[in-house]
Amino acid sequence: MVAHHHTKRATRRGFLLGAAQLAGGVGLLSIFPCSESRALPDMVQAAIKKVVGAAPLRKGRVTLGLPPMVENGNAVSVEVSVESPMTASDYVKAIHVFNEKNPQPNVLSVRLGPHAGKARVSTRIRLATTQQVIAIAEMSDGTFWSDAVDTFVALAACQEDPG
Amino acid sequence: MTARALINVPKEAKRGEVIAIKTLISHEMETGFRYDNTGKLVPRDIINLLVCTYNGVEIFRAELHPAISANPFIEFHTVATDSGKLEFKWSGDNGFSATESVTITVI
Repeated sequence: MVAHHHTKRATRRGFLLGAAQLAGGVGLLSIFPCSESRALPDMVQAAIKKVVGAAPLRKGRVTLGLPPMVENGNAVSVEVSVESPMTASDYVKAIHVFNEKNPQPNVLSVRLGPHAGKARVSTRIRLATTQQVIAIAEMSDGTFWSDAVDTFVALAACQEDPG
Repeated sequence: MTARALINVPKEAKRGEVIAIKTLISHEMETGFRYDNTGKLVPRDIINLLVCTYNGVEIFRAELHPAISANPFIEFHTVATDSGKLEFKWSGDNGFSATESVTITVI
């Protein structure tokens, strides 16, 4: 089963907590944990399984940069960077991005090699609603690492009439 | 329709330097999940692949899905090894194909 733990860094809860604390409720809300685990929809788990196979999916080494709150879900900036020396014997082979609640789980898959020098990719994505985005890195040693971030979407993608 | 593509790569780089490559191409990226005014589903029409070669050797490949925004922007990196040509090829639904290339001088 694939479950993801929210990071403290950029979750919606973290954002709301921060906002609440700023508003004067210092400490009151901090008894609630900032991390929780939530099972992803079957379709998303299946898509991840297709990439990862039987290998364990570990948390860490990947940093998914995504705003905690976006106004417009039609173009959300995303940056995935992976800690790796990017040498001929130790490099990132691929980076995959998945989402929780769009009609399809896959977003982007890229193949890299040691010649990339730096394992970092940026793009702009559509988010149909408030949801979790997941980034997975496939290393040259066959291990898989991940990061997940929750994003609050004010205006969803795919809602406007085509022009 | 010819798509307009923009590539941003430094003109000159030191050998061994990691350079950023920014790509942008004009395309609707119609998801296939939207309905038109008459209630008909608008068929999917997306770019699903971007391949970049550096002096003929593939250095980067991206598979795009409908969740990629219109006018796909992708940024990645490579080590500047030799002077030469970076070539970009996008392909997609309905026989879509576009190419662009830039030259780089490595000192």
